[in-house]
Amino acid sequence: MTTESPDNPPSSHGVGHIVPIKTLVATGLALLVFTLITVWAAKIDLGDLNIWIALAIAALKATLVVLFFMHLRYDRPFNGIIFVTSLAFVALFISFALTDTKEYAPDVDTGNAPRVVEALDELQQ
Amino acid sequence: MSHADAHPDFLRHHFHTPKQQFEAGKLGMWLFLATEVLLFGGLFCGYAVWRGNHPEMFKYGSQFLETKWGAINTAVLITSSLTMAAAVTAAQRDNRRALVTLLSLTLAGALVFLGIKYIEYSHKFHEGWFPGMKFYEKPDLQHAKTWDHSKPIIGNEPFTAAAGATGQASQSAAPTRGGPEAEPSTVALAAIGPAGLRPGALEPPQPAHDDHAEAHTTHPLQDPQRPRNAHMFFNIYFMMTGLHGLHVLGGVLLLSWLIIGAVKGRFSAQYFTPVDLGGLYWHVVDLIWIFLFPLFYLI
Repeated sequence: MTTESPDNPPSSHGVGHIVPIKTLVATGLALLVFTLITVWAAKIDLGDLNIWIALAIAALKATLVVLFFMHLRYDRPFNGIIFVTSLAFVALFISFALTDTKEYAPDVDTGNAPRVVEALDELQQ
Repeated sequence: MSHADAHPDFLRHHFHTPKQQFEAGKLGMWLFLATEVLLFGGLFCGYAVWRGNHPEMFKYGSQFLETKWGAINTAVLITSSLTMAAAVTAAQRDNRRALVTLLSLTLAGALVFLGIKYIEYSHKFHEGWFPGMKFYEKPDLQHAKTWDHSKPIIGNEPFTAAAGATGQASQSAAPTRGGPEAEPSTVALAAIGPAGLRPGALEPPQPAHDDHAEAHTTHPLQDPQRPRNAHMFFNIYFMMTGLHGLHVLGGVLLLSWLIIGAVKGRFSAQYFTPVDLGGLYWHVVDLIWIFLFPLFYLI
């Protein structure tokens, strides 16, 4: 195996970065703990806050998986840029779609369209 | 050939070094994973729009999923992700026995996940919840529930097709004006007004509606708690978990192939690209489940 190439400095083991088992186990345990936390947190009724707590914990878990299991913390930044870009486009897609959400009231059955429920409550007061 | 040393068997001729080949493969894998994110992104978008408009549909539907199974499957996938990541480390350290063991554990995790998913799915199929049509109310039944055809809708005037067409239902001469062909319309009024409010929407529910609600309880799954569009929860659930399940199935094939390669000793500290890229795929499958679990089972 040649080591003189600038792409393959002698200090490097060779190909890729080795993540120690200890780091991986710590990441796995953290993920399991966060799973327990999210199950527990969902049992407390916090109204609309529940979904945001669940999503925040899921995002935290996803970050751990990507950084350590998928080596992105040690990887070339370009791979991370590709991944984050795809997430950014999904976020763009969802946020534009959501600007149109709750804006229509095709029906007035209570419980179906939140805006209409609010409007009905205001009118009845 | 002067490059004989620099070009081991696994190194394709268009690459200079194993590292270059590895990085190129990894770049390609990340591009593929980006398309996977976009593929699931469309489904997550559908989820977000439906949830935004009909949050009660999801709160109702999640009662039909067992949190226990979802949580166990989350733990199973996380553990198999851990063994997969450890397998990559084992490959990098040239530890073939550990590599085979860890890949086999990862495969076992994938199979346990699919087994639990089978238990969940078969229960839902047995109950007729796939793809949620048991929760679907045909439009005529929907109208029967909220729309009493035998009663006047606007004021005290009988609603006639003619009156509905001209929008002049307040005329006291309406009963005679319609002529002999005039009969109560079976067509729902079009939404009127800027907010799309249906006539009579602002009035409190009439006691007459209770008779209809009672009649509906004889219909299977006529749960008074069931929101309209409840079947859409199951549509979305089966679509998203089904596509994810197909990815797990793909992971089973991939892991089997990797185990065969590892047993044959095809991977080494210099060449473990398939293990690494297979691992990346498996972690993305885990990532997607990390979001699916709370979105369907918990909230």
